[in-house]
Amino acid sequence: MINKVGREIPDELLAKYGKEGYQGKNYMDGKYIQKAAPKTRRCEKPAESKIVASIVDALKLCGAKDGMTFSFHHHLREGDYVVNMVMAAAIEELGLKDLTIAATSLGKAHDPIAAYIEEGKVIGIQTSGIRDKIGEVVSAGKLKTPAIIRSHGGRPRAIEGGEVHIDIAFVAAPTSDCVGNCRGIGGKSNCGSLGYAMTDAKYADHVVVITDCLVDFPNMPASVEAIDVDAVVEVESIGNPKKIASAAARISQNPRDLMMAEDVARVIAATPYFKEGFSFQTGVGGPSLAANLFLEKAMDEKGIKMGWAIGGICGPMVELLKKGKVGKVIDVQDFDLDAVNSINQTPNHFEMSASQYANPANKGAFVNKLDYVVLAALEIDTNFNVNVLTGSDGVLRGAPGGHPDTAAGSKCCIIVTPLTRGRMATVCEHVVTVTTPGDCVDVLVTDYGIAVNPLRQDIIECLDAAGIKHVTIEELKEKAYSLVGRPDDLEWEDKVVAILEARDGTILDVVRKIKPFDPDKN
Amino acid sequence: MEILKPATAGTLESSDAQITVEPGTNGIELTMTSSVMNQYGRQIKATVLETLERLEVKNAKVSVVDKGALDCTLKARVECAVFRSADMSEKNIPWGGIIK
Repeated sequence: MINKVGREIPDELLAKYGKEGYQGKNYMDGKYIQKAAPKTRRCEKPAESKIVASIVDALKLCGAKDGMTFSFHHHLREGDYVVNMVMAAAIEELGLKDLTIAATSLGKAHDPIAAYIEEGKVIGIQTSGIRDKIGEVVSAGKLKTPAIIRSHGGRPRAIEGGEVHIDIAFVAAPTSDCVGNCRGIGGKSNCGSLGYAMTDAKYADHVVVITDCLVDFPNMPASVEAIDVDAVVEVESIGNPKKIASAAARISQNPRDLMMAEDVARVIAATPYFKEGFSFQTGVGGPSLAANLFLEKAMDEKGIKMGWAIGGICGPMVELLKKGKVGKVIDVQDFDLDAVNSINQTPNHFEMSASQYANPANKGAFVNKLDYVVLAALEIDTNFNVNVLTGSDGVLRGAPGGHPDTAAGSKCCIIVTPLTRGRMATVCEHVVTVTTPGDCVDVLVTDYGIAVNPLRQDIIECLDAAGIKHVTIEELKEKAYSLVGRPDDLEWEDKVVAILEARDGTILDVVRKIKPFDPDKN
Repeated sequence: MEILKPATAGTLESSDAQITVEPGTNGIELTMTSSVMNQYGRQIKATVLETLERLEVKNAKVSVVDKGALDCTLKARVECAVFRSADMSEKNIPWGGIIK
């Protein structure tokens, strides 16, 4: 079938997974979801501790066997050691195979997993982020089943609805007590929020905590609670602190980024939601993060304060909180040390789960109350569809993350991106993969001009009234192609290597195996 | 023009291309890699071959290591490599003639 964003989704694939193609925003509203409860082990007899000697012992305790699904969360980002440690124990020490990894995201830190995929030991990947070596081997069709890519809100929806059944969830805990109360602070590998691990821990049959800092019982307030934990393993190190949280995220000095960031703030200030108590989320990319700076100026000029901010949080937002310019910060992940050291410490800086953040199937995700979100894009097409997953060469190298969730939930979604990157046209005719549907995207800010989605005539009127120039997205696309040349269409084989679920669980797009261009034959 | 000796132009920086030409006897023997091969490989090949034709290079081994260079950059790097190989890159460059 051809779905609502014009993508051809193979019928046999829809039948196999019992899925529908994407039908448009809010299609599932009001429908019911049957939640799937886990089958968990009773720990009735009082025990002093759940500490076991090794990851292998924990795997045995949880009945690890071939064909299981292991879950992981990505708060340790590119510093993470836990995914590789667990998979090595399962595959190399216990000889397990046919495993599926369900991670909230995977990165370069997980390059060693690519070898397990090639050996056929890992046969399934479910994740938001997929890049580097894992992205390459999956793109080359070496994973036995198509990778399933979900947004940060789509993942807890799929877990709660039983589409992903987690046999064992592994929690990388900067601190834990002897029975598994975990926190993201107080240790030597601190990551702050543990928001992405929360749903996994509640819905997994078994939960194993892996920590490099055991603390006295009770480790409170706990992000993942001992009531859900089967075993605790102490290891030398769960991650490289330098790569877990960077030093304070610095605001870009690049004049092009600053120019775009200033335009973002001008657009925000011209729309009616910019009033006392407004809500906001931004990414940590150059121009998105720099928008904080100009937004603060605009708030001062109008004499208003931000009510609350959500998201992945970094220093500049914590700074606004400390200055009293934002009322509350609610946080699913921390990007830098300023944020890590602030969560649950600075008054009004709270932690939340991925479900509370962005799940479209629950009854009160924070994204649904968002006024503004400022996001980046790898590509955006003339229908305002955004790609943040595949490179222009068709290889998996990104992550939907919270992009589709915040775009769908917010009243005004602003994409900020340079018109071209090297020879890549960011604004193009057709994105390689649709990760955020165009009906959720409202404004595009580039270094060559601003375009507003024609679906949002109200925003067009606001910009006109404020004297902010804008052009059509077609004009921006033509400008891009005039600079870099019109690219040839990518060529694909039939094999589907990844399925991209919309946040509501319908199928938004598929990624097929790329047919590389061979200059000797063309 | 005749390729008299091996010569190189360009760098491996992003948005540049490094072109190497060497004497050959069997027409144009082109090898190329590109960070944008799947979208621009056909155009890069065409641009390089057109530029060599304009410079009347009939025989050469040509290597292209492209890092996402624009067409104008590719042309300039090919022109420079060819002129260097013929020891003609120091003076009297025919700007506006066969050098576009």
